[in-house]
Amino acid sequence: MAYEIVIGLETHTQLSTQTKIFSGSSTRYGAQPNTQANEVDMALPGTLPVMNRVAVEHAIRLGLAVGATIAPRSIFARKNYFYPDLPKNYQISQYEIPVVLGGSITFFVGDKETTINLTRAHLEEDAGKSLHDNYIGPHGELSTGIDLNRTGTPLLEIVSEPEMRSAAEAVAYAKTLHSLVMWLGICDGNMQEGSFRVDVNVSVRPMGQKEFGTRCEVKNVNSFRFIERAINYEVRRQIELIEDGGKVVQETRLYDADLDETRSMRSKEDANDYRYFPDPDLPPLVIGQDWIDHVQAEMRKEGGLPEELRKNLVEVYGIAPIDAAQLISSRAMATYFLAVVEALESDPADLANVAALRPGRAKLAANWLMGEVSATLNREEKDLAQCPVAAPLLAALLKRILDNTISNKIARDVFAAMWAGEEKGQPDAIIAAKGLTQINDSGAIEAMIDAVLAANATIVAEYRAGKQKGFNSLVGQIMKAAKGKANPQQVNDLLKAKLDQA
Amino acid sequence: MSTALHAFPTLASLQAALAQGKLSATELAQDCLRQIQAQQGLNAFVHVDADLSLAQARASDASRAAGISGPLSGIPIAHKDVFVTQGWRSTAGSKMLKNYVSPFDATVVNRLLTAGCVSLGKLNCDEFAMGSGNEHSVFGPAHNPWDLTCVPGGSSGGSAAAVAARLIFASTGTDTGGSVRQPAALCGVSGIKPTYGVVSRYGMIAYGSSLDQAGVMAPAAADLVALLDTISGFDVRDATSAEHCLGVPNAPGRIQSDYNKASAHFDSQALLPLNGLRIGVPSEYFGEGLSSDVGAAIETALSQFEQLGAQRVPISLPRTRLSIPAYYVIAPAEASSNLSRYDGVRYGHRSESYTDLADMTGRSRSEGFGAEVQRRIMVGTYVLSHGYYDAYYLQAQRLRRMIAEDFQAAFTQQCDVIMGPVTPTVAKAIGDNQDDPTADWLADIYTLSLNLAGLPGMSVPCGFGTSAAGKALPIGLQIIGDYFDEGRLLAIAHQYQLATDWHLRCAGQA
Repeated sequence: MAYEIVIGLETHTQLSTQTKIFSGSSTRYGAQPNTQANEVDMALPGTLPVMNRVAVEHAIRLGLAVGATIAPRSIFARKNYFYPDLPKNYQISQYEIPVVLGGSITFFVGDKETTINLTRAHLEEDAGKSLHDNYIGPHGELSTGIDLNRTGTPLLEIVSEPEMRSAAEAVAYAKTLHSLVMWLGICDGNMQEGSFRVDVNVSVRPMGQKEFGTRCEVKNVNSFRFIERAINYEVRRQIELIEDGGKVVQETRLYDADLDETRSMRSKEDANDYRYFPDPDLPPLVIGQDWIDHVQAEMRKEGGLPEELRKNLVEVYGIAPIDAAQLISSRAMATYFLAVVEALESDPADLANVAALRPGRAKLAANWLMGEVSATLNREEKDLAQCPVAAPLLAALLKRILDNTISNKIARDVFAAMWAGEEKGQPDAIIAAKGLTQINDSGAIEAMIDAVLAANATIVAEYRAGKQKGFNSLVGQIMKAAKGKANPQQVNDLLKAKLDQA
Repeated sequence: MSTALHAFPTLASLQAALAQGKLSATELAQDCLRQIQAQQGLNAFVHVDADLSLAQARASDASRAAGISGPLSGIPIAHKDVFVTQGWRSTAGSKMLKNYVSPFDATVVNRLLTAGCVSLGKLNCDEFAMGSGNEHSVFGPAHNPWDLTCVPGGSSGGSAAAVAARLIFASTGTDTGGSVRQPAALCGVSGIKPTYGVVSRYGMIAYGSSLDQAGVMAPAAADLVALLDTISGFDVRDATSAEHCLGVPNAPGRIQSDYNKASAHFDSQALLPLNGLRIGVPSEYFGEGLSSDVGAAIETALSQFEQLGAQRVPISLPRTRLSIPAYYVIAPAEASSNLSRYDGVRYGHRSESYTDLADMTGRSRSEGFGAEVQRRIMVGTYVLSHGYYDAYYLQAQRLRRMIAEDFQAAFTQQCDVIMGPVTPTVAKAIGDNQDDPTADWLADIYTLSLNLAGLPGMSVPCGFGTSAAGKALPIGLQIIGDYFDEGRLLAIAHQYQLATDWHLRCAGQA
């Protein structure tokens, strides 16, 4: 039987605030255990939570970015359960009325544009960490250690609708969300440190069935690769179970990356009754339009929303939608791209033609950024912020392609030299020093063509007899003779003309 | 038993004596420490540390010598053991926190210390403020100075007993369902609980967060003004503290100013100072269950108010009886969650033997909490549980809104203040109702609804009844005001106390 896979994601994003969601202690990662937990985090008697407004603004940012409704009045609730790394033994979270409602995220899976709706996003506090493995207590005994540094770190839990139908879609969604929260500056995106944690809800149903199958929640899926693997494992497990006449049980499962499998953590039967009720220590979170406007204005100052920019790239810059999606995958990428195009358009001489020239220039810039620049960065394991070739210099190089001083191929060599810092990274100086200027003089090119044709009488004869595959070999020899500097278009045109002449 | 506090019975006289050098803060503190020692039988104090108190007293004297002093400089006070304090232990009357010392002072404690008050230590109370007789304390019951076989009331029993016995001049208390007003009434002192949000809850060990509010006790209403004014004010560390009170910043000075304004108005009306004041008298406060001695004393007090020019307006607060179930759902619900932090993991009592984490938490809590606390945690857990939440918790919240609306209807259409009894009877004997824990709950009928509505209220002495042993026991008159009307309430009570002397009677001298 054919099955349809149904996936929904719950993503815990740690918000990059200086201080915790309800206390003034630092959120810095990696400090000595329990050095970043104050009396509020430790839930000492008499302490009270106070809302961190920056965390709220981060939530507003996400809400605006995904086109969601920002709740004018949302409620903090207590989720009651006992666990030693949860000092109050209740987590302050949002239950019935979350701060962000709805919205959607659009991305490409392959070349297919996909939109996934969001259910909600709510603010809550993170718990501390229990150190179970071989932890030795103060008296030398095998024990469980508690580190409360993470306690109270602000989280925004972003919940998608169960609209994804493949592991690839889920990964693309997660990647898009990951770049979005980093773009917005609300999360550092560090998955190793747990800043971006994904829980996957998976169910399967016979193709065509309307009702959802019973779902399992898979936790501890902390890389994009693992999301894919965990889903694939879980789908296989559920289908096998059903085909063997069994039933999927609603439960929480843990993904074990070492064994590449999921295993049961707790079933629905032993789930806690969390006894949610509104937290009487925190008044309703009231967000007026003026606050939203203020956050929106700040986001505009920083360059706007990725979704707006994506549309702009397609409509104004003529970039293909799939490329536009890649260009907005990070703020650094988008900023770099726009800076390159701006530099290409800085020549006052062609001001009148800017609009007409823009698509060509933008496409060249996009190709270079997603091609040579990204490839080199990957090879050197650097990110764009560390790129030695700044946007104006890349633009200076691309100008030389556009004005036919060099070919695209030669430009790659120049780029490598720029990366290496030759001639202070100045492309014109490198072109001059290496004598790479393209030969655009048709007389000179014709002379080279004639010499090559004379030396390859056989190929020429075969070509003229209809066996045209020798053409590329001739081009290669001509370019070799020109040391790669001959204008390739001209070489093509002139060679073809000469061969077809007789 | 003549002490400094008997010689200078009002804040004004005590302050004058300190200012004129008739006695120093240190001498006063030493006198209090002697009295506390002499009257240990009251069991009003649970932790005294003479060195800490005398250090504060000497600092107060030094400040005064340097020309720095305020209305509370050198005034001996003590704190209900629900406020956390650096130095003194903070136990909430519980085995769970028997040896707990806080690394910080509660905002209330800090504000009084900054104002120059000298703290004599920590006062007995019901465990986690749950109780009406101070019988549920790990330190044993506190006793009523008027009759040692009787309860002082609760939960702030030690706070009331210590002031009534003049061991200290004033005390702090907390009031979740009447815990300041009721013991003040039963011990014959004046006490006020302000509007919810006027005083910061930071550093107050939480019981029912949406109901808890700090208050103060002293012999007379006039003495309470500076104390309440000092502890009031917005606190960034308490998100439920009010930034503004009807447009006026919630800060020290507001209550004093309101009190001065109201007093000036009353004083200007010569022989009928309260002329124009409409006193609402709810019929529901005088029904079944009210003892005859309390009823008679309240009646006399109301007549006295009429003689002062006030007008008596019969009103109805139809949902008064429903305040009991509403309160005993909401308060335990919040408590069950507030008290879950006491798990033996980070601080507090941890069981000696256990098998695993869950067992450690379970045993530590079973051993660390007393019966009444466990009872309320069980009730609270039940009413919040899946399938019961709507029927109990949500229903109680609905009742709560209706109760608040009843008060608002009365205040907007009929009266300026509301008066009635604080308790149905005088103090009961220690140990009464032991077999019927909910009998004590029913006796909270006149006080609970204010906490549900968040309104300010106070208790002032207004007469005496008789204990089972034939001794005189005080009766309190409750004065209820509209939101943020603390200053005027105190001024009204002061007018009454100018005309009566109940508040001047001391235990043992009645």
